[in-house]
Amino acid sequence: MKHKVPLSGNSAVAYAVKAMDVDVVSAYPITPQTTIVEKIAEFVANGELDAKVIHVESEHSALSAAVGASATGARIFTASSSQGIALMYEIMFIASSMRLPIVMTIATRALSAPINIWNDHSDFMAVSDTGWVMMMAENNQEAHDDVVLAYRIAEDPRVLLPVATALDGFFMTHTIEPIEVISREEGLEFAPKKKTWYTLDPDNPVTMGALGDPNWYFEFKKQQYEALKNSRTVFDEAVKEFEKKFGRSYGPVEYFGNEDAEVVLVAMGHVSGNIKAFIEKTSAGNVGLLRVKLYRPFPEDLIVKHLENAEIVGVIDRALVPGSPYGGPLYSDVIVTLSKNNLSKKVVDFIAGLGGRPVTLGHIKNIVEKLEELKLKPQKDLPKEPLFVGVRE
Amino acid sequence: MVFVEDVYLFYVFKIYSCKVNVVFEIRWHGRGGMGAVTAADITASAAIKAGYYALAFPEFGAERRGAPVTAYTRIDERVIYDRSPIEEPDAVVVLDPTMITSPRVLAGIKDGGYLIVNTAKDPKQVVEEVGLKGRKLTVATVDATDLAMKVFNLPIVNTAMVGALISTTKLLPLDRVLEVVNEKFSGRIASLNAQLIKQAYELVKVVKHE
Repeated sequence: MKHKVPLSGNSAVAYAVKAMDVDVVSAYPITPQTTIVEKIAEFVANGELDAKVIHVESEHSALSAAVGASATGARIFTASSSQGIALMYEIMFIASSMRLPIVMTIATRALSAPINIWNDHSDFMAVSDTGWVMMMAENNQEAHDDVVLAYRIAEDPRVLLPVATALDGFFMTHTIEPIEVISREEGLEFAPKKKTWYTLDPDNPVTMGALGDPNWYFEFKKQQYEALKNSRTVFDEAVKEFEKKFGRSYGPVEYFGNEDAEVVLVAMGHVSGNIKAFIEKTSAGNVGLLRVKLYRPFPEDLIVKHLENAEIVGVIDRALVPGSPYGGPLYSDVIVTLSKNNLSKKVVDFIAGLGGRPVTLGHIKNIVEKLEELKLKPQKDLPKEPLFVGVRE
Repeated sequence: MVFVEDVYLFYVFKIYSCKVNVVFEIRWHGRGGMGAVTAADITASAAIKAGYYALAFPEFGAERRGAPVTAYTRIDERVIYDRSPIEEPDAVVVLDPTMITSPRVLAGIKDGGYLIVNTAKDPKQVVEEVGLKGRKLTVATVDATDLAMKVFNLPIVNTAMVGALISTTKLLPLDRVLEVVNEKFSGRIASLNAQLIKQAYELVKVVKHE
């Protein structure tokens, strides 16, 4: 077994950035992301990483600088959270439409107001339509590995899109855990630095991000749509080779528990771990967990495969879309996927753990009991609105 | 099966062994500036070095000096899935003696668990003060503030309380903790902390309350 070292989630991400021999890091501090870039700055100051750290005046500038640097063919990293991600929103579309393989880590955090530095998925979900490949880890080892996978996927000529990796603020970013660190040699062997995308070159000048008039814009969008869809194949290849090389296996989704469980919970991030702990502790043979790791492109085939035989499905959403017909974004993705595949399922949405409120094993027990109760009712009697878990009335 | 090089934790596991999963959970109570989060971190790091899986995490507040701080260490022989706050700890370590009567501090400690307090008082006095009627606990005290003042001239008591914890519970070998301290701190700070841990390790007073 390889040596494991105690690292926080944010340090684990920074070590992966070092292993990827990144050339440029541009970022603006925001809790709970800050210590990722602090650690990288320390590596650069110590001479352990030969990179340019650009101190910018806002997250909008951080991603703008990343776009410019990536257009020169450099390997780029940035990270942010919450309001910082919201401020990047405009440039996130530009990065994906210009097909620049930027990698960003989102240390997930609630959006203001009220001001809240704690964890939920409001920021991650708010940018899920910006054309980035998006994945979310459950533990710090995975957060470390995801960065390495991200460069491999982003820079693949079949993809050439930015990739966002995510880990839950505090529950992971500030939690110490044993990590097998990937070395620079191993990392670069898995994701070698190659200029696979169109870059700026003074000897051969081009214009990037130019006007796309009605005669061209549409074609760009279609290509971008195809690229994001096709990134799934590249993801599947990458995780397969990752397992061969590093011995850790990942998939677009992870199923935990009895395959024929009647009650299946769908979740993302660290709460999936709490659900696993609940299933083990209570020996709940009737409960399964479907954890979504790859969120964009959404792994529809595997959602169908694992939910096909469930009697009832509970989706745990850690973000809320007021006024929408669905409540939680993950629930919406699951519902659409099942409906497209003509699967009429009982699916209930649970909104849990907003603004850092812990989702305890007790909450999970309540959710499972509620689903066991709703399982016996006809579909038409299921709640039409999301159920809020652990909130005061 | 994870390779475990030390027998210490296994001894503790036997006392608490339950059939599904063996785990040792510690809750740290202190105030901003005392180093409760670092204490949780050092203990988890020492456990990881000894071959266990461990998590250390603070109850994440906006950090302010003097405000109550809670931190957690969860140790297991195998991978830990549960990241929720520890509600039923095997051990509670109290860095600030004025917090000892707070219901939050005493809440949920498992029967047969440990209460380890930074105080000049005798463990028996603590038992009387807190009123542990009907609870089976091992209570331990050490005057970590006094030790820290003598060593650093600052009331930073976290490392001393790690020493008191591992001495009382036999959770981990002292060497592992000292190894982590030497990596985490440098030069004189490391050696002063090591000195403090050894002192607390020796001087902690323990009483079994039934």
